[in-house]
Amino acid sequence: MGYTLTEKIMLEHSDEDHVAPGDVILVRCDVVMANDVSGPVAFRAMEQMGATKVFDPSKVVMVSDHFMPAKDARSAELQKRLKEWSDDQGVTYYGQGRGGIEHTLLAQEGWVTPGMVLAGGDSHTCTYGALGAFGTGLGSTDIAASLVFGEFWQTVPGTIQIEYVGTKPRFVTGKDLILAVIGRIGVAGGTNQVLEFAGPSLSDISIDERLAVSNMAVEAGSESGLFPADEVTAAYLEGRSDKQWTHEQSDADAQVVDRLRVDIGALPPLVAQPHSPGNVASISDTAGTKIDQVYIGNCANGTMTDLRQTAEMLRGNKVHKDTRAIIVPATQTIYRQAMEEGLLDLFVAAGAIVSTPTCGACFGGHNGVMGRGENAVTTTNRNFKGRMGSGEAGVYLANAFVAAAAAVAGELIDPADMHAGAKI
Amino acid sequence: MMIEGPALKVEGANIDTDVLYPGSFLNIDDPAHMKPHLFEGLDPGLRDGLKPGTILVVGANFGCGSSREHVPLAMKAWGIGAVLGQSFARIFYRNCINLALPIVVCPDGAKAAHSGSLVTIDTDGAVTVDNGAYQVPPTPDFMQEMISSGGLIPWARRRLAAAEA
Ligand code: SF4
Repeated sequence: MGYTLTEKIMLEHSDEDHVAPGDVILVRCDVVMANDVSGPVAFRAMEQMGATKVFDPSKVVMVSDHFMPAKDARSAELQKRLKEWSDDQGVTYYGQGRGGIEHTLLAQEGWVTPGMVLAGGDSHTCTYGALGAFGTGLGSTDIAASLVFGEFWQTVPGTIQIEYVGTKPRFVTGKDLILAVIGRIGVAGGTNQVLEFAGPSLSDISIDERLAVSNMAVEAGSESGLFPADEVTAAYLEGRSDKQWTHEQSDADAQVVDRLRVDIGALPPLVAQPHSPGNVASISDTAGTKIDQVYIGNCANGTMTDLRQTAEMLRGNKVHKDTRAIIVPATQTIYRQAMEEGLLDLFVAAGAIVSTPTCGACFGGHNGVMGRGENAVTTTNRNFKGRMGSGEAGVYLANAFVAAAAAVAGELIDPADMHAGAKI
Repeated sequence: MMIEGPALKVEGANIDTDVLYPGSFLNIDDPAHMKPHLFEGLDPGLRDGLKPGTILVVGANFGCGSSREHVPLAMKAWGIGAVLGQSFARIFYRNCINLALPIVVCPDGAKAAHSGSLVTIDTDGAVTVDNGAYQVPPTPDFMQEMISSGGLIPWARRRLAAAEA
């Protein structure tokens, strides 16, 4: 019997001769990453382990993004600690003005290639599945051990195969492809499994959109969400990484736990309603909901693709007088590209604010948190109660077309209706 | 390994780590200072029911969402003795194992318990809640050893010592 892509990666990164779902094994990692929240907690654990050095400084990367720029003195201390520790260990550090949101950044900077194992002190490390890598989120003590030994313990996951068929309609994006899956299998449907994406539609799904899809695999409880590497992956990696990699795939006779088929052609833009990423409805079912704030950004959907989609909706329009709009390019590189394309000027002229790359309000840290009784539509990945500030705020997750359209209309609206001029 | 203690029941499915420990307190890296914020976004009143040795009894997919270890670190700081649940999200589950906080899946036992129930957990697969007995799959050996030997930090210390010897 053959192996799944994930099992092959596990075999390649362990001393095992054979692996099967449920086996507890030690897995070697190619990259260990942490941020200003998980890093300092991991450094404490590493000291308690009695270790002074990381296993390989060239394989470790630290990113200040959660509270960056520092929102208060305590946050400043965390970032100071992250930088000093990184300098001391001789590892790569992306600080203020140099990087951006960790996951978009690591993909962009060529840290991720197909077949790799990445251990990240952040649950959205699953994003690296977009490039055919097993990226997975770990807690800080796990990260400490990974920093010291270059290994972590792992229960070999099973695989749920998601087959995408059909062609994306006009306002449907990567966000909708994954919301459709979470809506069907639920927020625990992928526990102890990875999602593996397949099907004829994949060649039409760009890396920006794959990032959005893989990013939310953890919202279904999954350990990672992998797109086997193909020509789209190869084209993206051209000029970003000179590491060797192969077009590894699951064997035809590999055993999967479940198969799901999603007809993209039949999807409308989707919205995850408060307070769960699994509470999925179509845009038409939620249209008319009043929106106080629009937030376009985060490690899932702060890419150039998202910013261009936002610009399509905002061009020639104004942000509604009762609505605030915050746009957060995910990295410095994206920020500059958007500037060159004139998008930042377009956003500001429309009445939105443009923020420096940061996690910001995505996790309720700073930079636009919500008040009581308010509603937000965001391109982020979590709408748990209180995630973006007040527990009495409602957060709707959606794609950038939907979020930007709501900024103009002041309420949830099908972007197709706005395009047709029905509301403006 | 055997653990016994009074239950504190946390009702509801899909309780995420954001409500268990909200993001605005993530700029704290000292576990002693994490302690007062446990349950802050869910029900701060739950803290009144905690005493050393309490067994937290929870619903399905408990601990989903963020990888923040602040949640089990704060639980340890309160002296919580074990977590018994209908099911757990993966990162929370492994964080507990790494911190040597016993964590056991027992859907029927977790449903039957209420706050104040007397719970006993044998990580080899036996759970009792008051007068009810439940059989569950044993915790895998690797994880049992991790818990009984104090978690991932002592595990790492032993490995480093062995490498030096
Ligand atoms: S943008 Fe949000 S989801 Fe992504 S890493 Fe930052 S806090 Fe986490």
